[in-house]
Amino acid sequence: MEALDLARWQFGITTIYHFLFVPLTIGLSVIVASLQTAWYRTGRHEYLRATKFFGKLFLINFAMGVVTGIVQEFQFGMNWSEYSRFVGDVFGAPLAMEALLAFFLESTFIGLWIFGWDRLPRGVHLACIWLAAIGTNLSAYFILAANAWMRHPVGFTVNPENGRTELTSIWAVLSNTQAWSTYLHVVSAAFITAGMFVAAVSAFKLWRSRRHGDTGNKGVAPPKGDHELFRKTLRAGMVVTLLAGVVVVYSGDHQAKLAAEYEPMKLAAAEAHWETEEGAPFSTFAVGDTDSGVNTIDITIPRVLSFLATGTIDGTVQGMNDLQEQYNEEYAEYGDVNYIPNVFIMYWSFRLMIGFGLFGVAVSALGLWLTRRRRLPRTRWFYYAAIAALPAALAANILGWILTEMGRQPWTVHGELLTAMSVSPGVSLGQVAFSLAVFTLIYGVLAVVEAGLLWRYVKAGPSHIVPEPEEGEETGDVPAFVY
Amino acid sequence: MDLATVWFLAIAVLWTGYFILEGFDFGVGMLLPVLGRRDVDRRVMINAIGPVWDGNEVWVITAGGAMFAAFPAWYATAFSGFYLPLLLILLALIVRGVAFEYRGKGDTDRWRAWWDRAIFWGSAVPAFLWGLVFANIVRGMPVDADEILRAGLLSLLNPYALLGGLTTLSLFVLHGALFLTLKTGQPVRARARTAALRAAVVAVPAGAVFLVWTQLAHGKAWTWPVVAAAAAALVAGVLLALRGSEGRSFACTAAAIGLASVTLFGSLFPAVLPSTLDPAYDLTVANASSAPYTLTVMSWVAVVFLPVVLGYQAWSYWVFRKRVTREQIEPVPAYGGGGGQGSGPASAAE
Repeated sequence: MEALDLARWQFGITTIYHFLFVPLTIGLSVIVASLQTAWYRTGRHEYLRATKFFGKLFLINFAMGVVTGIVQEFQFGMNWSEYSRFVGDVFGAPLAMEALLAFFLESTFIGLWIFGWDRLPRGVHLACIWLAAIGTNLSAYFILAANAWMRHPVGFTVNPENGRTELTSIWAVLSNTQAWSTYLHVVSAAFITAGMFVAAVSAFKLWRSRRHGDTGNKGVAPPKGDHELFRKTLRAGMVVTLLAGVVVVYSGDHQAKLAAEYEPMKLAAAEAHWETEEGAPFSTFAVGDTDSGVNTIDITIPRVLSFLATGTIDGTVQGMNDLQEQYNEEYAEYGDVNYIPNVFIMYWSFRLMIGFGLFGVAVSALGLWLTRRRRLPRTRWFYYAAIAALPAALAANILGWILTEMGRQPWTVHGELLTAMSVSPGVSLGQVAFSLAVFTLIYGVLAVVEAGLLWRYVKAGPSHIVPEPEEGEETGDVPAFVY
Repeated sequence: MDLATVWFLAIAVLWTGYFILEGFDFGVGMLLPVLGRRDVDRRVMINAIGPVWDGNEVWVITAGGAMFAAFPAWYATAFSGFYLPLLLILLALIVRGVAFEYRGKGDTDRWRAWWDRAIFWGSAVPAFLWGLVFANIVRGMPVDADEILRAGLLSLLNPYALLGGLTTLSLFVLHGALFLTLKTGQPVRARARTAALRAAVVAVPAGAVFLVWTQLAHGKAWTWPVVAAAAAALVAGVLLALRGSEGRSFACTAAAIGLASVTLFGSLFPAVLPSTLDPAYDLTVANASSAPYTLTVMSWVAVVFLPVVLGYQAWSYWVFRKRVTREQIEPVPAYGGGGGQGSGPASAAE
């Protein structure tokens, strides 16, 4: 056990944890802003209730995203100082831009939105949530451009005198094909997740009120308006998921082709594809021996992998064994390095990502059909499926990052810097172990707290936050959220 | 002036802005158990910084990002070298940030008491440690020929750095107390004034000794007037607080914190992290910086966007310029939504 191993575990744990909150923040900010826009334009009270209800859930999630994000920025310097020293000139620029252009926007206007309900004109207040949503989505671009650069480094040279990278074109870094393709994929996946969050919460509320009948929860009748509100948000969530699903499939296909071009080892590992082949088949189930580099069982669909990777059915797809030989020659200065990532994890995370991700899309397509013309399905399985699609969507996001990041191993910067050379030399095993332990502990506790709060607020429903107006009551007075 | 020096100044400005803005957030957090005897008063205090604390915190994220981009070697060596203090600061910022958001979302006194503790420690720990870290940076650390900082925990705890920590801690309490006199209604306002005067008993001598020590051990000729101005601003702040001039006294402590920060960065320059092993190993503005192209790009981005950021942050302070009072908090409106007695979701659901 070395500090390197624990630093990798810490990066994995803190990043995955951070990314449980990020997709919801990205997607929900826009959905909440849209609900508020609907209220602004129609003046209908149910949209205000939906805005405040989902806004509250959004904020519970948002807080966790913010605080776990700071860890990410500090961690590069703390655990990966040699990486930071090597790449800072290039990688630091989008990070600093993210803070200056996006984080300030997001945090300032979120504050104005939370506390500004009764202090700002309605139009200005609406603009605040949109600006926060824009900040959130903009921040995703900068950090993904930085991440894309690690997988497909462009716009730089390595200074032979000090051995550090130097930026030659910021435009190349920001317009990196991998950057915008990854952005489309990650953000559409975030919208699938947020759409499913709204749909799952709505399905849960509808199912509960159906099951409890008119007597509602513990004898208190659920407000009549809730039913109509959640029917609408159920459909809205599923529409968002379905539209995002189209983008996720398109960009995912593009990602596979980019991987074939820039990171062939990643694609080969995700497919358990050992030997270079023309007209390569797509593997649907494989059991392999990673030490000798063969699959003992492999059920395949002919030529599909070639089509996915190259766009033609008899294109060449490089295999891991050949790539390993090729890299051994190309990077002879590093000595004996295993360039093959963990094939088992790559292969299954790829398949599970697709399965879990598209599950929500399928549920949404079906759900939109079942809820057409103001209908609601009577069968319980539909509600169960809609609720289950939320954890599935979160899992798909995580598996996508496992695929991306573990597939880049053994590199931190593809072809330029090995992970083993990136770690902080002055930081001891004990220090990393201690920080890994406290982060895991505190993250675990906060996960329970956060889940508990979400559960309470979902259970309580929108009436707790904004009651339905009495007959003829003026609904214009909207007090601020107060801590 | 070359671009690396410009970026040293920019980073100094970002840290200074962070200390001035987040300084009063930390001060308010530390005063929470002292001034907030009843829950409603604690809520008055938290809501006084509620709309702005998150935006204030982004100053440190931007400062860190700017160090990463403009001085990779500084960022890499300092962040890995100050591992434990930064870890504690991260943990503190995590629990504090979550606490602001979650405190009002539960029903029980126990729930709120836990988050109050999180706010107190989440404010006190970084308030002390930022002073400790920056004093150690100015003092110099054992940076070796490979630009690696290997320092045990004990070497961080020297008298100068401990005094630095005490200075930021007490200054931020004073600054936060004056912020509360300016931004809250009675009785918090009156209590905050008393607290400010008590904090001054520590902050003024600690700050004066620390600044003079910094000047004598590490200062430049031109930092003498800065030190004098910082001390004058601090004393003026206290005198104005005695007279009940709330806005001006707060402006004075903001200036004192700013000038103290200028003293630290001025004493440091042109080094960014001096080595105690050999002056040849010093990380400096020249040897730690990025290449000119990166600095040029970053300069354009900063020149265009920093004024915009300052503009909308200033606007948000203007929007929330009114005092927060008990009356706004106490009669929790039926759909106030934030929290407080009986406003958690359970009371509606059950």
